[in-house]
Amino acid sequence: MTDTLSNTHAASLERTKLVRAGLRRRHMSEAIFRGLGLAAIVMALGFVALLFIDIGRKGIPAFTQSNLHLTVTFDPAVIEVGPAPARADFTSEAEYNAANLGWQREVALLNWNTIVEQAMRAAAPAGLDIDSRTLLTIPETDARHRIRALFVENPALLGQTVDVDVLASANATNWIKGNIDRSLGDAQQQLAAPARTLIDTLVENGTISNGFSWSIFTNVDSRAAPASAGLLGAFVGTLWMMLIVVALAVPIGVAAAVYLEEFAPKSRLTDFIEVNINNLAAVPSIVFGLLGAAAFINYMHLPISAPIVGGLVLTLMTLPTIIIATRGALLGVSPSLRQAALGMGASKTQMVFHHVLPVTFPSILTATILGIAHALGETAPLLLIGMKAFVAQVPTSPFDQATALPVQIYLWQGNENRNFFEPRTAAAIMVLLAVMICLNGVAIYLRSRLEKRA
Amino acid sequence: MNALIVAALLLVLLGVSYQSGWSRSRNLVTADGVKVHSRPQYHGSYVAIWAMLPALAILALWAWFGGDLTHSYTVSQIPQDILLGLDQTGLNGTITRIDALASGYGVTGEIQPFEQSAGDALRSFQMLTFVGVLLVAAVAGGAALIYARSRVTARLRARNAVERVINIALLACSAVAILTTVGIVASLVTEAYKFFTFINPLDFFFGTVWNPNNAGTAGNWGSYGLLPLLTGTLMITVIAMLVAVPVGLMAAIYLSQYAHPRLRAVAKPMIEILAGIPTIVFGFFALVTVGPFLRDLGNLVGLSINATSALTAGVVMGIMIIPFVSSLSDDILNQVPRTLRDGAYGLGATKSETIRNVLLPAALPGIVGAFLLAVSRAIGETMIVVLAAGNSPVLRGNPFEPVATITVSIVNQLTGDTDFAGPQSLVGFALGLTLFVITLCLNVVALYIVRRFREQYE
Repeated sequence: MTDTLSNTHAASLERTKLVRAGLRRRHMSEAIFRGLGLAAIVMALGFVALLFIDIGRKGIPAFTQSNLHLTVTFDPAVIEVGPAPARADFTSEAEYNAANLGWQREVALLNWNTIVEQAMRAAAPAGLDIDSRTLLTIPETDARHRIRALFVENPALLGQTVDVDVLASANATNWIKGNIDRSLGDAQQQLAAPARTLIDTLVENGTISNGFSWSIFTNVDSRAAPASAGLLGAFVGTLWMMLIVVALAVPIGVAAAVYLEEFAPKSRLTDFIEVNINNLAAVPSIVFGLLGAAAFINYMHLPISAPIVGGLVLTLMTLPTIIIATRGALLGVSPSLRQAALGMGASKTQMVFHHVLPVTFPSILTATILGIAHALGETAPLLLIGMKAFVAQVPTSPFDQATALPVQIYLWQGNENRNFFEPRTAAAIMVLLAVMICLNGVAIYLRSRLEKRA
Repeated sequence: MNALIVAALLLVLLGVSYQSGWSRSRNLVTADGVKVHSRPQYHGSYVAIWAMLPALAILALWAWFGGDLTHSYTVSQIPQDILLGLDQTGLNGTITRIDALASGYGVTGEIQPFEQSAGDALRSFQMLTFVGVLLVAAVAGGAALIYARSRVTARLRARNAVERVINIALLACSAVAILTTVGIVASLVTEAYKFFTFINPLDFFFGTVWNPNNAGTAGNWGSYGLLPLLTGTLMITVIAMLVAVPVGLMAAIYLSQYAHPRLRAVAKPMIEILAGIPTIVFGFFALVTVGPFLRDLGNLVGLSINATSALTAGVVMGIMIIPFVSSLSDDILNQVPRTLRDGAYGLGATKSETIRNVLLPAALPGIVGAFLLAVSRAIGETMIVVLAAGNSPVLRGNPFEPVATITVSIVNQLTGDTDFAGPQSLVGFALGLTLFVITLCLNVVALYIVRRFREQYE
């Protein structure tokens, strides 16, 4: 009796021990599983942080740029040109224009590099032995255009001395900022040794200083003068495309969603449209680029590299997003609203357009902004319709040649002068991300505001 | 200028017709207090639609056929003896010069007398036809306006007619989605068919060498084997999924089952930020940061890893897909009924046991669907691969070496300034067709699985 009792007791003890051990194991695996989950979250968030920190660390220095403060003398010995034609001397506007253009052509033929060189020598310590080729690698090549433009604007400057700020060249900027390893030998340096010493001297005596790089925002892309390359052209190109996307994708997308959700009879056709839209949302963006190249450019002969084609391609790409979001919003409108409208004698069309659609306005707006933010960053389809051409003007209409912000990033990251363009690409990425974050912020703000009111 | 005039004409027509319908409707009401079927704005819209349609139709016809008409008129203005001496390019050049003369831009080189006279004739022809078309459109619109206005009576069911037009317009908008698909399929198939007249499809689909001769002429086109690109694509996709699936799935499990609501409210949108970042940014990140880091890491452990390789592109693409996997899995995990979980807890299972043995098996079909969608996205991704995969279309199995993918080759072969005459650019469409078919199959299967899964628990 006692024996069996102690036996069962021992067995239960044994079992308890077993269960305890099992529990410990199970709790351990619970903790491990939970830890893995947390690790995944930390990893994902870590990637977000890493990406932003990395881009910021690379890009922020590019927002400052080295400037040369030169004292330029418009030396009459170099600027050998007659006085600018005065309007009073000519009878007709056309004659004056012709004479003026001729004068400007003469001015353009002058050797403005000499003026730049003289200004540089004036800033350098006296008696410095440096040849003019090497000397002219320090200011950006567009310095002479800047100085010439000053003269054309005001010919009275002849013989006078004025202070002009010009950009330092890309290579000089690299040297000043330490983008290039200063300990490298002469053969690997972009600048000759005398130029490097002179730059250091000029930095010390204050002729060269770093300032905020407005040129990133106010200039167009440039190959001849990389230090002055900016994003303005790409930004305007993107703006044109987004205008087209908003003007086309929103009305068409909302109309399609309204039809499918409110009017469409349940038929094979509408089923097919529905499957179609879901699939279109998942088609790779590059395929839309192929569509643009074949249909819009090759078949319809729309201009190549133009925002109109890019806008159309991005419209087709954004449509499914807007349709799906609008349908979701329409589905969420409470049936009582519809019944009330119908009960008051409204027709179906009146019910939809006067009562249902206004309620979904916040959701449609949010979806539109998010769709545009997505289209804004799209690169691949634009490459296929020729928007990666080098364009050095601001497009004035959607039919002009243009490029776009993400494509400009693609072009800059491929530039040979990596030391200079890597930070500048990161800066361009920061601009793009800033625009996108603003759009997303506006979407969140508008949604919360409009929903509160509704 | 011309576009402005046309737009002004249409706006005026719109305003006048709407106003005339509206005021007539108002007169009906004030006349003798009859009950009018539709409200005045419907009568206005009714007349406006009637007036706009013929005017728009005429302008559309002109937009469609006007170019051809002008072209043949220009050709007819070139003297017969000169016309016979011109080949196709010469003719096009002459027409461009005449166009330029007519529009007043001037041309380079000496202007021949026949060019000048043809230019003058073309200018007056353009002027005349433009005014003519505008007049015809305005008269047709006006006639339709008067007719529609005469039909406005108390019993006219204007609202029904207007709503029918609105309905048709809505249907047309939703047809854009079909047209897009038709356009994609048609352009891919026709251009790919042209490609296959140059290159045997067998050589394309089963060829092991990718070496297009971009300056090649007939008989020397180079080789267009798909397999090196396909293996590169698959290698990168597999690496991306190896990164994205564990991280994304575990993140979704933690967020939906363990996380405090406050953590969830912060972490979920933070992870979804990754989904909103443009792919070109990921590409740059891969090229300048991840690639060199992986290379140094490889040097540390004695592996030779290229800075631009399948590994670099795959890892970064995996990071990009994490939010895609995690938010889809999150949705699907939330759809598993609570009763299943409660049953497992009731039997004494721990949380992780419930998740592993009950939740995941129940959600498996949905999660598989989500993974297929992620795979389809990875296969179609372009910019990361263009920047970070190294573009080396050689058949090999080492993920530490540069590779090329289908998308990279499309970008390389089709840079916009092509005339689609040789297989060098046309191959882009054959590759695009391959890509489209692969992703379409994946999407259809994935969407089917996900839909079935949802219906199962509804």
